[in-house]
Amino acid sequence: MNVTSTKLDQPLDHLFHPVDRSQLADQTLAYTSVPMWKDKIRKLVRNKLAVIGLALLLLIMLLAAIGPSLLPHSPSAQSLTQTNLPPSAEHWFGTDDLGRDVWARTWAGARISLLIGFAAAAIDLIIGIIVGGISGYMAGRSRFGDRIDSILMRIVEILYSIPYLLVIILLLVVMKPGILTMIVALSITGWVGMARVVRGQMLLLKQQEYVLAASKLGTSHAKIIFKHLLPNAAGIIIVNLTFTIPAAIFSESFLSFLGLGVQAPIASWGTMANDSLGVILSGQWWRLFFPGFMISLTMFAFNAFGDGLQDVLDPRSHQ
Amino acid sequence: MPKPILEVQELHKHFHTAADQVVKSVDGISLTIQPGETLGLVGESGSGKSTLGKTVVGLLEPTSGKVVFHGQNIATARGSQKRELNRNMQMIFQDPHASLNPRFRVGDIIAEGIDAYRLARGQARRDRVAELLERVGLHPDHAARYPHEFSGGQRQRIGIARALAVKPQFIVADEPISALDVSIQAQIVNLLKDLQQEEGLSYLFIAHDLAMVKHISDRIGVMYLGKMMELADRDSLFMEPLHPYTKALLSAVPASNPSAKRLRERIVLHGDPPSPLSPPVGCPFHARCPAATEICVRYIPEGKEVRPNHWVACHLF
Repeated sequence: MNVTSTKLDQPLDHLFHPVDRSQLADQTLAYTSVPMWKDKIRKLVRNKLAVIGLALLLLIMLLAAIGPSLLPHSPSAQSLTQTNLPPSAEHWFGTDDLGRDVWARTWAGARISLLIGFAAAAIDLIIGIIVGGISGYMAGRSRFGDRIDSILMRIVEILYSIPYLLVIILLLVVMKPGILTMIVALSITGWVGMARVVRGQMLLLKQQEYVLAASKLGTSHAKIIFKHLLPNAAGIIIVNLTFTIPAAIFSESFLSFLGLGVQAPIASWGTMANDSLGVILSGQWWRLFFPGFMISLTMFAFNAFGDGLQDVLDPRSHQ
Repeated sequence: MPKPILEVQELHKHFHTAADQVVKSVDGISLTIQPGETLGLVGESGSGKSTLGKTVVGLLEPTSGKVVFHGQNIATARGSQKRELNRNMQMIFQDPHASLNPRFRVGDIIAEGIDAYRLARGQARRDRVAELLERVGLHPDHAARYPHEFSGGQRQRIGIARALAVKPQFIVADEPISALDVSIQAQIVNLLKDLQQEEGLSYLFIAHDLAMVKHISDRIGVMYLGKMMELADRDSLFMEPLHPYTKALLSAVPASNPSAKRLRERIVLHGDPPSPLSPPVGCPFHARCPAATEICVRYIPEGKEVRPNHWVACHLF
């Protein structure tokens, strides 16, 4: 059965015609070359949840910066004539039992929570990259390198097994409760997660052929670490950060709620929630709702953003 | 006979597993490569050919044995001597998608060795990169692009340009074509051949495709479980293979001429290669060998020069 009647021995001139050679040689770019990071930002913007998360984060940070000055109330100014007022045009989030404005206190608390979260995460990042980087880069290089890796990883495992609640209680014995103590306590045990992630990335990346090629081409260790390994591990490190920052913020709220964190009169979402525990049954819902809602919203925003970022920067994890 | 550019003497590379077992990936390999020569290396996956290649260029440290380049032992060289040896021995990698840093522009990838050895700077560096790109069949404008904008064959060309940038004398090509489309494979092999003639390069060409190895190699070595089973001139290996393993490998090459195919018998090997964790006692091939006898189970065969320049490690000879 021959549907198309063209036989192979017939001339095919009507189907083919020679190409003009002058059109062939042109290999110049028909489009602009796009660096990888621009491409990734484009992908991120297409992810709605990530954009919502990022927008919420920016809004929370903006309000933490300017929120208290939007109303003429100081977060710590007491007014015994205006206690336990519900939300109104005068006091957007109501007032507490000392007549302090909950709106102002919520955003003053946001500053503390975000400060502790970012500071603890930054310290985790620095120690984690140094320890994980050394450990992963040295491992398997020589007997000495293996020993360094093994010592560092045992330290990580020991710290990993200590609950941070225990560490902070012990720290409170020697340090005064406060912001600094919280940051120290959260980062003493917090960096081990980052160190493990960075070590894993180093072990993976240093086997990549482009790293082998670099060392064969005589590239120095420092250049291999800072130009090849860390930039290619950056995606996973950033993704990890978007999970360690909210974890630190949540720990701060939790510890402050328990009375182990920042102390009165400093406002924090955790202490505000704790203060309102006694009055929730008497109907003053706004005192627990606003700090609690802000904790949840911050967690949601970080996780939504982090998840979208992970899709873009670490596609393998979602296979 | 001229002095060889590379001598490998009784090279061993063993790995220790977590369970304290020893894998002898490279188990006593000796070979020489003459200036301008291509030695092809074939074998199944896991036969240790890539490990041999990496150990030869110094990316892995040998457990024992020597690699001698131009009369110099690479393990004992120090300082500038060592850098010079390193520069002269380069490598082309298997996976063109993993061998180029995705964050570098192509020009910087190619110039990596130029920068490390401070061979050129500024305009001279740009000119050199452009020259290398043209050399491997790419356009000088490609220097400003990123690796993900290229096809597998183009990326492999970039990898070749990167190795050429430091003007090596010897290149280990570790399965440079196995990740590429068949239509591209021949282009890359021909490029390597052209570059060899122009630059007087010597290659250790690792592959598992016998047809391609035949096309590019002057001599061919056959590896099995870390050992060299047969090493001979290309023609004598293909015309008169001696080792039963080589015969089996050659019989598996698809014939381009169907009438020729009927003339030869397909030798089918039974079973998988033994685990390198527990290699068999005696000849590593005895369990799958159609010609195995009592002696093969007991003793490891020594390499013998059965004919001039035709080495085989088998008790049959």
